[in-house]
Amino acid sequence: MANLKVDINGLSMINPVMTASGTFGYGKEFEDFVNLERIGGIIIKGTTLNQREGNPYPRMAETPSGMLNAVGLQNKGIEYFIKKIYPQIKEIQTNMIVNVSGSDIESYAKTAEMINELHHIPAIELNISCPNVKQGGMAFGVSAHGASEVVKAVRKVYKKTLIVKLSPNVTDIAEIARSVEAAGADSISLINTILGMAIDAEKRRPLLSTITGGLSGAAVKPIALRMVWQVAKAVKIPVIGLGGIMNARDAIEFILAGATAIQIGTANFIDPSVTVKVIEGINEYLDRHHYSSVKDIIGALEI
Amino acid sequence: MKKYILDLTVVDNVRLHSNYILLKMTQEATLPLMLPGQFAEIRIDGSASTFLRRPISINYVDIEKNEVWFLIQLIGDGTRQLSKVNRGDKINTILPLGKNFTLPKTNEQQKSLLIGGGVGTAPLLYLGKQLIENGYHPTFLLGARSSLDLLQLGDFQKFGQVYITTEDGSVGEKGYVTQHSILFQETFDMIYTCGPRPMMMSVAQYAQTHQIECEVSLENKMACGVGACLCCVENTNEGHLCVCKEGPVFNIKQLLWQI
Repeated sequence: MANLKVDINGLSMINPVMTASGTFGYGKEFEDFVNLERIGGIIIKGTTLNQREGNPYPRMAETPSGMLNAVGLQNKGIEYFIKKIYPQIKEIQTNMIVNVSGSDIESYAKTAEMINELHHIPAIELNISCPNVKQGGMAFGVSAHGASEVVKAVRKVYKKTLIVKLSPNVTDIAEIARSVEAAGADSISLINTILGMAIDAEKRRPLLSTITGGLSGAAVKPIALRMVWQVAKAVKIPVIGLGGIMNARDAIEFILAGATAIQIGTANFIDPSVTVKVIEGINEYLDRHHYSSVKDIIGALEI
Repeated sequence: MKKYILDLTVVDNVRLHSNYILLKMTQEATLPLMLPGQFAEIRIDGSASTFLRRPISINYVDIEKNEVWFLIQLIGDGTRQLSKVNRGDKINTILPLGKNFTLPKTNEQQKSLLIGGGVGTAPLLYLGKQLIENGYHPTFLLGARSSLDLLQLGDFQKFGQVYITTEDGSVGEKGYVTQHSILFQETFDMIYTCGPRPMMMSVAQYAQTHQIECEVSLENKMACGVGACLCCVENTNEGHLCVCKEGPVFNIKQLLWQI
């Protein structure tokens, strides 16, 4: 049994496996399938200052080895979260991390400030990369300046672990990663979904109400892996890799590319118990290759 | 209700006609409790273009034989791949998911009408059984394109009177279910319906006009099946609700249909 513990700049995790925002609800949706306390960290769905109804249906289209979504940050707002959801999830003995989204710098900062007061939430993941709403943060995430401004504002009010989730829909992800690091982020997670599109040729219509949406699933893994590798080389803070991880082997590839931890997203839809299988698979890999700790393989790619 | 991930064993794969199969599955342990209107998320192996599970409604549960049945229309690559399974094959299935049809509220004299269109008749067979077992007397009104698309007729007839419409008039009355003469001759206290959305909307309109309680089963495109991804939402009087978790069965009073 290898040591699976990792540390995200002060946030300690029993293993490097987390769930990706928007794919695991508030965790409770999956408690029939997995022991939530075995998961290193659960990133619960995107939360905004005010309630959001999200985009109209249809919001999902299956694509080769993946899917497009255009949910549009549907959530009941931070006050509802604090009053109704937090009491239900605060006793779950793992890192319960809230993904925070906003429409402007003030709303990001205000939401983060409110979560800072919640004792059982040790970290937030700042979503500056949602492709599915006009003011969904991707405007911040696609320029080094915009990303830096929003991270600086949140850093002032948020005292715990601050993870910033980057968009892949950019020309130079390393530049944005460096600006986010300089602005005070404790960790970077990537990638959010890749902007894509699907068409019903028979009806000559787009398959999503929003025409374009975010691509996720196995199809995006090579792109995600490349970007994680680029960012891990560009920054000193820990990187959390995600994008198309379906099994332990995929997860190990991200760790070898430089990720300290990984997130599992769309794969939860295909196998709701996949997280524990990935944890066991990483352990099996480490034992087989005679590593005593998962830390030994972070960025251990030989080139 | 607790949800399970099960590797069920195929007992039978019956080709009902070129476009439909009836899958009967079992396992050694007793199957979990499932209610009419609930569904399963079935994983499909061996189809390169099929990434997500397929939500399939529970057609019937045979408690004595410990079998769950799924009636499946072969629409795309996923369902076509699924149609190739043989007796003894294992199929990874998550169930039971979603909310069930509710039994009529008042007394057992209530007359309920179960209206199904095409493969949408699937959940109504199990519902018919449940109604009979609870002392109700269901009437079925089934619509199909032609006699070939009319599925499990013999099974439905065991549970009640069955009326039929076909679009080509090959069996029953010609036309759509909402044009059937029974709707103008008899009165009902409760309507349950599942089928194509335009059909369900006209059923809902009929129910609303005649002030009859009505539940519909929706089949919005979904990914997770457990209320996590928020893809399959329906617009309701409580905002966007997940068809997979707060549905698939809704009372028409909850929906914002323009009927």
